[in-house]
Amino acid sequence: MSTTLKIFLVLAAFALVVPFVPGLIYPVFVMKVMCYGLFACAFNLLLGFTGLVSFSHAAFLGSAGYVTGALMIRFGAHPLGMPAALVLGVAASLLVGLAIGGLAIRRRGIYFAMITLALSQIVYFLAVQFRWTGGEDGLQGIPRGNLFGLDLTSDTTMYYVMLALFSAGFLFVDRIVHSPFGQILQAVRDNEARATSLGYDTDRFKLLAFVLSAGVAGYAGAMKALVFQLVSLNDVSLHTSTEVVLMTLLGGVGTIFGPLVGAALVVGLQNYLATIGDLVTVVIGLIFIVCVSFFRRGFVGEFLHVRRRRAERRARAAPRPEPPPNDAPVAEPA
Amino acid sequence: MPLPFSSIPAGAAMPDITLQAFMAQLTIGLIGGCFYALLSMGLAIIFGLLNIINFTHGAQFMMAAFLAWIGLTQIGPWLGYPDFQVSFWVALVLAPLCVAVFGMAIERLLLARLYHLDHLYGLLLTFGVALVMEGGFRYAFGVSGQGYEPPEILQGPVDVGFMLLPKYRIFVVVASLLICFGTWFLFERTKLGAYLRAGTENPRLLQAFGINVPVMITLTYGFGVALAGIAGVLAAPIMQVTPLMGGNLLNIVFAVVVIGGLGSILGSMLTGLALGLIEGLTKVVYPEASTVVVFVIMALALLVRPAGLFGRDV
Repeated sequence: MSTTLKIFLVLAAFALVVPFVPGLIYPVFVMKVMCYGLFACAFNLLLGFTGLVSFSHAAFLGSAGYVTGALMIRFGAHPLGMPAALVLGVAASLLVGLAIGGLAIRRRGIYFAMITLALSQIVYFLAVQFRWTGGEDGLQGIPRGNLFGLDLTSDTTMYYVMLALFSAGFLFVDRIVHSPFGQILQAVRDNEARATSLGYDTDRFKLLAFVLSAGVAGYAGAMKALVFQLVSLNDVSLHTSTEVVLMTLLGGVGTIFGPLVGAALVVGLQNYLATIGDLVTVVIGLIFIVCVSFFRRGFVGEFLHVRRRRAERRARAAPRPEPPPNDAPVAEPA
Repeated sequence: MPLPFSSIPAGAAMPDITLQAFMAQLTIGLIGGCFYALLSMGLAIIFGLLNIINFTHGAQFMMAAFLAWIGLTQIGPWLGYPDFQVSFWVALVLAPLCVAVFGMAIERLLLARLYHLDHLYGLLLTFGVALVMEGGFRYAFGVSGQGYEPPEILQGPVDVGFMLLPKYRIFVVVASLLICFGTWFLFERTKLGAYLRAGTENPRLLQAFGINVPVMITLTYGFGVALAGIAGVLAAPIMQVTPLMGGNLLNIVFAVVVIGGLGSILGSMLTGLALGLIEGLTKVVYPEASTVVVFVIMALALLVRPAGLFGRDV
């Protein structure tokens, strides 16, 4: 069993008991962390493992949220309504991801980031203009519906369904990262020219990674629409796109659990700071600056780094494995 | 079945366009284009030497507009002399200077530490600074727009034959074009410009020739930021002065920069002006689309000419 799976099982076991221990953590908070955590994992798949910066992830989160929400409002009562809305929401985000990614991979580096930012503004504009998205009001009062007849209105039932959905999404991302495909993505990240010279069509791999990342972000957006029963313009705004950058950075870019830690920290911070209003932006900005200047590995990255350094030091301090020459005097152990 | 996704009423005819309205929108477009040109030129200059996209550009634009507004309406009462004002002309020099000094301090203290790393970090840092600045101004002054009176000499309209034009708008167009031309001249036709272009090409070799490249980088950053500052003061009487004015504009300027490319100063200037005009025209034909037409053009330009109209790929 891999270390990732072990840590994940510990976390899942903790999450399983949360509803039984009132006062431990508010389950709705955990659900929010799961949604944003998965969102950040999707972003990290792109930034951490493919080396692409996207400022359009809110467009994926939001488009899936809008489609899922709109479908739930119409067909939520049907026993298959919820899974169908979820799947179609993800399909929508895959399409948006294909459109934005297809255009953006035509340029590299800084242009790539700017193109994703600009194109996500079109999605924002469409969300304001369309009638089915509710314009400025967004979608409110989205029914949670039922899953094959299982009523989801209770927070506890919803919690376990969300935990299952989250686990599937998280393990999917982990699977991608550790697959041969994921190894190629990391090769593209580390040295694109070399990956090309080895015969990989790097543009195709980057696009595929982009679309997959968009799909997972959309999956998180659909979950979020179901949990909180509303989708607003904030979900497709640049603000959300940058929040996910911060979550990933704070937790640790290119680590498996970093995005989860980062999401928990940012969501917790927002709850905690909700009273100070406009200053939240200032605090978030300051964290950005501190993170980028002094704390680039993030919490999980820093932890892994310290552990690796300690292991290296121990390996150096350990006695050499090769036996001394026969004629040399054997040193007495001190 | 009517289109469910469209906000155009079915069977809507083209709106009646009078020459007056057409020219008015075109002028507004031209002014928007001037701001795009000033801002994208600043971005191009900074990118040339620092290799980062300055996400703080919008916040610096906003900060200059706010400084001008504070100078005109707030500073007197704050100091206890209600009659004391910093006039528009003084603000036009002083505010960009303040913003540039502030920018250079950030470059020295924070950005310079990141040059040896992936450029992504520089981008994220400037982004964080923008958040702090916007949040700070929002906390101090709220989100509602503040009005700014243009100086008396520029108030009122001028009759240009076929329509009446506000004097101030003419001033903005002329001033922006002069500044754009001056910057182009500085960079392409002077010795200093040659150093700067050499720094873009190969900073280490330039340093070997005895030029203090780090100082040059700081001053260049200050210059690019000052351009945003001038645009901010010029915009104060036209747009509402709000903490959000820069961020909204910057998104469009990014698209402008993608279309024009960051490689050439003239290119970013012309693209900015052209896109402003196109935006103005769109306002006449289909007003709802005017906010995204630049992004749509960017998408089309990427399909046709991936490397940008004037740019070289990075």
